[in-house]
Amino acid sequence: MPDKARVRATINGEPADFLCEPRQSLLEVLREELKLTGTKEGCNNGNCGACNVLLNGLLVNSCLVLAVEADGAKVETIEGVMGPQGLHPLQTAFLENAALQCGICTPGFIVAAKALLERKPKATEAEIRHWCAGNLCRCTGYDKIVRAVLDAETRMGEGQ
Amino acid sequence: MSPTETKQEYQVIGKRPVRHDGVDKVTGRAVYGADVQLPGMLYGKVLRSPHAHARIKSIRTDKAMSLEGVKAVVTAADLPDPEGRTANLGELGDVPLRNLTRNVLASGKVLYQGHAIAAVAATNPHLAEEALDLIEVEYEVLPPVMDVLEAMKKDAPLLHEDLCTMELGKKSDHHSNIASHQTFRRGDVKAGFASADHILEHEYRSATVHQGYIEPHAATAVWSADGQVTLWCTTQGAFSMRAMVHQILGIPVSKLKVIPTEIGGGFGGKIPSYGEPVAALLARKSRRPVKVVMDRTEVFMGTGPTSASYVKLKMGVTRDGRIVAAEAMLAFEGGAYPGAIVGAGGLCLLAPYNIENLVIDMYDVVVNKPKTAAYRAPGAPNAEHATEALIDEFCELLKMDPLEFRLKNASKEGDVQANDVRFPRIGCIETIEAARASDHYRSKLNGPNRGRGVAAGYWMNAGLTSSVMARLNADGTVTLNEGSTDIGGSRTSIAMQLAESFGIRAEDVSPSVVDTDSVGYTEVTGGSRVTFATGYAAYEAGQALRRQVVEQAAKLWKVEPERVLFEGGVLRDLDDAAKKIGLPELAETLAHRGVDIGARITVTPQKVGGVFGVHIADVEVDPGTGKVTILRYTVVQDVGKAIHPSYVEGQMQGGAVQGIGWALNEEYVYNQEGKMLNASFLDYRMPTSLDLPMIETIIVEVPNPGHPYGVRGVGEVPIVPPLATVANAIAHAVSVRLYEVPMSPPRVVKAMLAKK
Amino acid sequence: MRAFDYAAPKSLNEAVSLLSRRGDRARVLSGGTDLIVQVREKRRDLDLMVDVKNIPELSEIRYEPAAGLALGASVACSRIYEHPVVSRVYPGLVDAAFLIGGIQIQNRASLGGNLCNASPAADSIPALIAHRAICVIAGPNGGRELPVEQFCVAPGRNALQAGELLVSFRIPAPPPRFGANYIRFIPRNEMDIAVVGCGASLTLREDLKTIAEARVALGAVAPTPLLVAEAASALSGSAFSSESVDRAAIACQAAARPITDMRGTAEYRRHLVGVLTRRALLKAFERAQEAANAR
Repeated sequence: MPDKARVRATINGEPADFLCEPRQSLLEVLREELKLTGTKEGCNNGNCGACNVLLNGLLVNSCLVLAVEADGAKVETIEGVMGPQGLHPLQTAFLENAALQCGICTPGFIVAAKALLERKPKATEAEIRHWCAGNLCRCTGYDKIVRAVLDAETRMGEGQ
Repeated sequence: MSPTETKQEYQVIGKRPVRHDGVDKVTGRAVYGADVQLPGMLYGKVLRSPHAHARIKSIRTDKAMSLEGVKAVVTAADLPDPEGRTANLGELGDVPLRNLTRNVLASGKVLYQGHAIAAVAATNPHLAEEALDLIEVEYEVLPPVMDVLEAMKKDAPLLHEDLCTMELGKKSDHHSNIASHQTFRRGDVKAGFASADHILEHEYRSATVHQGYIEPHAATAVWSADGQVTLWCTTQGAFSMRAMVHQILGIPVSKLKVIPTEIGGGFGGKIPSYGEPVAALLARKSRRPVKVVMDRTEVFMGTGPTSASYVKLKMGVTRDGRIVAAEAMLAFEGGAYPGAIVGAGGLCLLAPYNIENLVIDMYDVVVNKPKTAAYRAPGAPNAEHATEALIDEFCELLKMDPLEFRLKNASKEGDVQANDVRFPRIGCIETIEAARASDHYRSKLNGPNRGRGVAAGYWMNAGLTSSVMARLNADGTVTLNEGSTDIGGSRTSIAMQLAESFGIRAEDVSPSVVDTDSVGYTEVTGGSRVTFATGYAAYEAGQALRRQVVEQAAKLWKVEPERVLFEGGVLRDLDDAAKKIGLPELAETLAHRGVDIGARITVTPQKVGGVFGVHIADVEVDPGTGKVTILRYTVVQDVGKAIHPSYVEGQMQGGAVQGIGWALNEEYVYNQEGKMLNASFLDYRMPTSLDLPMIETIIVEVPNPGHPYGVRGVGEVPIVPPLATVANAIAHAVSVRLYEVPMSPPRVVKAMLAKK
Repeated sequence: MRAFDYAAPKSLNEAVSLLSRRGDRARVLSGGTDLIVQVREKRRDLDLMVDVKNIPELSEIRYEPAAGLALGASVACSRIYEHPVVSRVYPGLVDAAFLIGGIQIQNRASLGGNLCNASPAADSIPALIAHRAICVIAGPNGGRELPVEQFCVAPGRNALQAGELLVSFRIPAPPPRFGANYIRFIPRNEMDIAVVGCGASLTLREDLKTIAEARVALGAVAPTPLLVAEAASALSGSAFSSESVDRAAIACQAAARPITDMRGTAEYRRHLVGVLTRRALLKAFERAQEAANAR
C-alpha cells in the first residue's frame, strides 16, 4: 500500500483534513472517503460535468483533479450550495421549471450554473448554452435546464 | 368512470406541483446506485474480454487472489449451471437461462469485446483493478461478425454453434446466426402494387447506438451467513431484477431483497442484470458487502446498446396520394444473444397509416456486439425512419404537402394494424392536424442551405402489472409506497392521480419507491407504462381510501354511507348540515381508535393507449463541412391526458433530442477486429446544450378510454420521428437524401459532392 | 489506477532536479486534463507526477509592447482569454484557448500541457505557430529555446530531453496590421477533438490589401502539427483575394498527410483542410484590417 499524503483543505466552508493516495482523484475522495456523494461520477474522464465542483472559485471536473492538489484549496460541492436561508435560487428554479428528470446530472449543472451567475448575473441563453456545454444531460434535451438558469437570474436579480 | 372527450375539471391533474423527490435531487442528498456506502464494504471490478469473438481456453486467478487486499475472485464457475433451464423475464417472455447467465460472466466463449469474464473484490477500487491485470486468460481468437447482413450469410462464422432459426414459430434444423424470422401479412400485396401509380424502394441503415444514461450501472450486495441476500442497485425494475438474480444465482425469492436506489437514467438500458449477480457472488465469497460500479467504457462496451439495423422498404402510392401497398424487410442486430426487438419495429413501421396490403419480414440476428437492450420505443425509430423518409420522397414526387399526405392516409379508430389488431381510439389525425396548425409549420423558412422536414411516429406503449400501497396518516396526509422506480418524476405523476382520486392535494401525498419486500409486484419502468399503469393503481388506491373514509364518517355519525359526501377536504352529511368533519380530524380520530385506513392495489390494465407524434425541424447545412445545425424544432404529440404537463413536455423534449443525436452523430465505431474505437463521451457524441435550440412542444390530448383520467404513455414515442424529420429537412436544405444514420458531417459532404 | 508519487516543487531548480532524477518515470502535471486520463486508462505508466503549478515562472502572464508576451506553460486557458491585453493582442491564441474542452477543462488545461502532450490534433499548437511562439525550456544543462513548430516530434512525443521542462512561451508582439485566427472542425459545437484545425496569421501592407507576411499551420492532418511554408509563399506579396486564398488552400491540401481514424477519414480531412484554410485566412484578414483601423 503506497504512503498516504495529508491534505488540509476547506470544503464547503469547513476545514477538512484527510489522508489520501496520490492516485485518488478529488472526486473519489469526496465520495468514498468524505461521503459527499452529491458530486456524481458520469464518465471519470472530464467529458460529462457530473462531478463539477468549484476549486478556489473555479469550475472544474473533480475527476481530473488529484485530491493531493487540493491541499490548501477551497472546494465547494453541491452540498455547499444550499445556504442557511435554505435553497439557492438556482435550486428553486430547477425545481419549479422541472429542469431535472433522473437528476443525476443536476448537481453538476447547478454547480456550473452557480459559477456562471457569479461571473455573469445576466447571462444570455447563448452564454448559458456555451457555459454548460461541458455538462451532459440525457433526459431533458436541455430546454428546461436553460430556462431554469434564466429564471434563477430573474430571482437573484430581484434579490430573492 | 371513464374519461370523456369533453374537457374535465380536475383539482390536481394538469397542474404543475414541485416533484416530491426534487429537493433531495437539487441538493445532492438523493442516493443513486454508486452512492451506497456500507461498513466494511469492498470494491468489485470486472475483467472484460479484449476480443470480439474468442474461445476461452483457460482462466487462472491465483495470482490475483494472492495480491494483498484482494478478498475474492469469481468466474462463471461460481454460477449455477444454466444449461437446459428457462428464465422468465416477464414482459420479455421466456429465454434460455444460459443467455442471461453467460452474459453476466462468460463461459466457453466470449462473444463481444467487453464481455465479462471474471471479477475481483478488494479493499479499494484501485487494488481491485490491479488484481484484474493478474488474472491470466488464454484465448483462441475467432473471426468476428460485426454486421447484420454479413451475419445472415450462410457461410458466416457462427456465434452459437447450436442456434437454429425460429422460422415463423417453428424451429428449423440448420445452424445460423438468424435467431428468428417472423412475418406480418395483410391483404394482397401484389395487387396492391399493381394498383399503384408510383413505386419507390430504398434500403435504410442505422448504426449501433447507446442509451447514454449519465449514471453508470452500480450494484452493492450483502450476503449474510444465513443466506439472506440484499441488493442495492440502479435498475428500471426491482422486481424483474429480483427475478433475474434469483434465476441466475438459483436462490429462493424469499432470500432476496432488491432495494432500488435512485436511478440516473435508463431508457431501457437498465432493465438487464450485469453487475448485480456478480456483486452478490463476490459478497458471498468475501463475506463482506461488495459494491460493483462500472466506468463509462464498461457501460459502452459491456451493456446493451440498441440494434443496428437494415430496413428495406418498398411502397406503392396512387397519384392522389394514397398508400396502397407496402413490402418491408427488417433485419436487426440482437448483439451477442438473440433478442433484437424487431417485432415492435415491424408493428410500428407502418402504424400511422392505414394500408390494406402489406407484408413485413422481421429477422433477429446475432453479431459480436454487446447483447442489445431496449432503448426508448425499441425498434421503432430505426423502422419508422424508413417509412417517413420514403413518404417524403413520394410527397416531393406528387408535389403534395407532407402533412396533407399523412392526413390522407392516417390511421384511426377501427383500422387494422399489421398484426391484425384493430386500433382503439387513437389520436393520429388530431396530432397531424395540430402540427399543421402550429406556428412553426405555418412560418416561413428562408435562407440558403436551409430546409424543413416533418415526420410522424408511433409507439404502442405497455400496460403490465403495477402495485401501490397507500395509508392514511393521523393528520390526513397519505403515505404512498409504489414499485415503479422513478426515472423522470413519476413519483409525482402517480401521487397526483391518488390525490385527484382521493380528493386531497398532491403535496399531501408522500410517495416512496420501496424495496421488493414492501410493495406488491410491479413490472419494469418501461414501455411508457408507469404514469398509465402505476397511476391507474394509485387511482384505485385513492378510490379505496375515499370509500373507507366515507364509511368511517358514516359509522361515526351512524348514517348510511350514501349520505356522506367527501369534498374539498371535508366530509359532510348531505342530510344534516351540522355533521361535518375535516379529513385531518377524522384521520386523527380513526388513528386513536386503531382504525387502519389503507389500500393495497395491484392492477394489470389492458387498454393501453398507443401514441403518435409529429415532429418539425428546420435545419441549416454547412456546405463546406456537412455539419447540420438544428435551427428550430417542434414536437407535437398526443399524450392522452397530461397529468403533470411540465414532465410530459420534458419527455417530449428529451426524447426528441436523443433522436436528434441518433440522427446526426451517435454511433459505435468499430475496427476490423470488432473493437470499439469510441467508447467515451468524448467520441460517442451525444448532443450538448450548445448543439440545440429550445425544443417547442405542443401537447395534444385525446384521452385514452382505457384509463380513468385518459392517460397514454408519453415517454417513448418522441424518439421515433427525429431520424426522418432531420433526414427530410436535410434533403430539403441541400437536395441530397441520406439513407443511413447517423447523418454525420462526412456522410453529408460525401453525398453533396457525389451530387455535384 | 496504478500507484504513483506526487511532488509539488516550488522552484524551477527543484523541478528540474526531480525530473532528472526520475528520468522517464516522471512526468510533469499541469492541468492534468490529459495526463490523469492517460494514466487512468493505462495509456501511460509512471512513478511520479511533478506538479509544476506552484512554480512562479510557469504561472505568469507578462506582456510588454516591445518584448511581447511571456506566457507561463501552466497558465490555464481561461486566464488567457480573460486577460484584457492578451485577448486583444493575440486573437489566434484566444480562439484556441476558448475552444479547448468545456469551461471546466479551460480552468485547468494549459497551452504548455497541450503542447507537451504533442497530440497531432491539439488546438493550441497551430495557433501558437501562427503567432510565432517560441518555447522556453529549462533543463539540467541550463535553458534553451525552440520554435513551437519544432517541438512535437511524433504523436505523443516531444523534443524535451531527460530532465527538461517547458517553462513558458515567448511570443513576439504582433506587427501593425496583423490578424490571426484559429478554427477547427468538430461534429458537435463543443467537447470534441479537432477533426482538422487551422491556425493562420496575416500581416498586411499599408494598402491593407497586400499580404506582407503569412503563416498557416494545420492540426490533425499529420503526425505532428504542420507549418505549411508553401501556403505562406502562395500568399506573401499577393493581394488578399479568392485566388491567393485558393492557392494557399491547395498548398495546404497538398501538404496534409491525413490518416483515417474514428474521428474522420483521410478523404474527409483533406476536404476540410481546404474549407478551413479559406475560412481561417478570411477571418485573419478581417482581423488584420480591424487592427489597422483600430490604431
